[in-house]
Amino acid sequence: MPKINSAVELEAFRKGLLSKKDPLKPCIAVCSGTSCLSLGNDSVIRAFEEEIKKRSLGSKVDLRVTGCHGFCEKGPLVVIHPEEICYVEVKPGDVPEIVAQTVIKKKVIDRLIYSNPGTGVKAAHCAEIPFYAKQMRHLMGNNSRIDPKSIDEYIEHGGYAALSKALFEMSPVQVLEEIKKANLRGRGGGGFPAGLKWETARNAPGEEKYVIVNGHEGEPGAFMDRALFAGNPHSVLEGLIIGAYAIGSHRGFIYTRHDSPQLRNHIALALAKAEEYGFLGENILGSGFSFTVEVHLDIGIFVSGESSALMRSIEGKTPEPRPKYIRTSVSGVWDRPTNLNNVETWANVPQIIDKGVEWYTRIGTEKSKGTKLISLSGNVVNTGIVEVPFGTTLREIVYDIGGGIPKGKKLKAVHFGGPMGGSIPASLIDTPLDFDALAKLGAPIGAGGLLVLDEDANMVDVTRFFLGFLSNESCGKCVPCREGIRQMLKIVTRISEGKGRKGDIELLEEIAAMAGTASLCALGKTASDPLLSTLRYFRGEYENNIVRE
Amino acid sequence: MSEILLQIDGKKVKAAKAMTILDAAQSAGIFIPTLCHREKLEPYGACRICIVEAEVRGRKNLVVACLYPVQPDLVVTTRSEKIDAIRKMILELMLAHAPDAEDLQALAKEYGADKARFDKESSFCILCGLCVRYCNEVKKKNAIAFVERGAKREIAFIPEIAAKECWDCKECFPLCPTEALQAAYVLTEALSFPRQK
Repeated sequence: MPKINSAVELEAFRKGLLSKKDPLKPCIAVCSGTSCLSLGNDSVIRAFEEEIKKRSLGSKVDLRVTGCHGFCEKGPLVVIHPEEICYVEVKPGDVPEIVAQTVIKKKVIDRLIYSNPGTGVKAAHCAEIPFYAKQMRHLMGNNSRIDPKSIDEYIEHGGYAALSKALFEMSPVQVLEEIKKANLRGRGGGGFPAGLKWETARNAPGEEKYVIVNGHEGEPGAFMDRALFAGNPHSVLEGLIIGAYAIGSHRGFIYTRHDSPQLRNHIALALAKAEEYGFLGENILGSGFSFTVEVHLDIGIFVSGESSALMRSIEGKTPEPRPKYIRTSVSGVWDRPTNLNNVETWANVPQIIDKGVEWYTRIGTEKSKGTKLISLSGNVVNTGIVEVPFGTTLREIVYDIGGGIPKGKKLKAVHFGGPMGGSIPASLIDTPLDFDALAKLGAPIGAGGLLVLDEDANMVDVTRFFLGFLSNESCGKCVPCREGIRQMLKIVTRISEGKGRKGDIELLEEIAAMAGTASLCALGKTASDPLLSTLRYFRGEYENNIVRE
Repeated sequence: MSEILLQIDGKKVKAAKAMTILDAAQSAGIFIPTLCHREKLEPYGACRICIVEAEVRGRKNLVVACLYPVQPDLVVTTRSEKIDAIRKMILELMLAHAPDAEDLQALAKEYGADKARFDKESSFCILCGLCVRYCNEVKKKNAIAFVERGAKREIAFIPEIAAKECWDCKECFPLCPTEALQAAYVLTEALSFPRQK
């Protein structure tokens, strides 16, 4: 493949790809997300391959192994295009029938389609399944349509058009202004405006600047970033290149998990292909802008996802956070201006540039724009990855999309943001998904892991679990975090065993206040958030376990 | 080098650009307590006892003096009810490990810290890192290092290096505010390179 050398060449190439495509040609898309992998989708894929071969359908039917579709609860998932008929919990034995009935005769197989466990109502098409119906899948939508290993399929779906637009129709400052006007806020946890961060890095003194994709996602209960990154790696990469152009960076890093071979392979392939096509490297698309990316892998430590620790890790040092009195966007990797955003934030960039600020800012609430990926897990009927516009209520996420609480149990709480997040009670379930509204309630969105807890959940135990996790995952450098968590864990443990002492709750609050102020990094500063939120809404559960004298 | 003018506890202080609040305070004779800080070593910021209030353009933040860079018009307060409460608890958390450490006891008196507030912990070490950093930064031997992380973090001599380097050095011993370092050394020595008697 010769390098693409201009915007015109890119559009011509795209047209060429599309002209070779028959939109009516059946395509079998098999989900290959982590969950479907573990549910045995490889045998389903093999069965399709054999069946297609047996019936000599190779030229008439496409078989596509795709990224995660999101409906993890019901995997392995198979979607038949162009009708978008969705089959759930598919077994290899179902495959001959799917090919004979659906692919060839266009008939829906009733027993393989989704059936609502509550109402018994069946749904044959993806869009009719309640889990998908209320979603707005701007980031995840292409996961079920493209092969993540194929850059051509990304281009067919409009890929790299935003990069071309940014490079040839906009100045770096114009790109920056678009991101600022779109009010794109960081999806990694803080919700800090990405445009402002970019601007700081752009204006910081120094020629050499870096951009980073934080694909670490170490938070228990968060699994959306790896689904997006593994399922549509070019969308993240395109965002990164556009950001580098806006910031004036020529070197980027992808920091991601060492323990996900599929993710690593898809990223490596995407980088190789992007370079081959001329989207990376010297003189991108003939624009004169040059940019390269290298991949760094974590070593399995939670705190290495913290931005300053991550940057030290890239430098080859122990991933320990450092104080950010001078921001990393001014002094980051090797003390040079470094702009870090997470996977989902970067993936938002191409659509903002492509479709414009007007389009983007119509989605969401006043101060939280666009869509948000949510990893839905816990005591909920439909676990999986959900993408909704900001402003969607938690009730819609848990009940309409999530299908409610299994076994007829009652909802007790929802917990956002993993071990450094917070829980809110069922009575606040009508709260909209919004950075600020949820932070105010003590349950900041964090990266977007949403854990649903039913009436049997013991909130003291939930807190103990998170503190135990952090007690192992703190780097252990500073006293407020290391010793604060150690003591909070001890106290919460004795309370959970019914052996709480008089004054324990007040002591917990005092330690939490100290650690929240005096810790070196965000881990220590927010380690007590689950504790504080459960004390706020479920204080009785603590009080009942204090031994009376 | 251009001078920076700031205020510490109501006193006007001149500082050089690369200084931290702690440097500026020490040069002006203003005392801020420290535990993990030593002049010869890189600022570390682990014990957090030097926490002070820094006001920049009307915004107040609690920061650690050993790391926070000075800037023009910075207003620093080194003692307040809030600061003292944090220092008190930090001391109490460390006293659970090393109730008899002299440095800690002196500060405990000043801040009213109760050494029995938390149950006694099994390790004496407060992980100030003085030994580890001294061996790394000054001696450049790395005979002692941190192992593990979080609540399991501890100091450990690397037997292969310690056997060669430590017997006629031991310069880290007087740095240790507790007895943990010598205990760790004696243990390593006994297990890995017992002296011929």
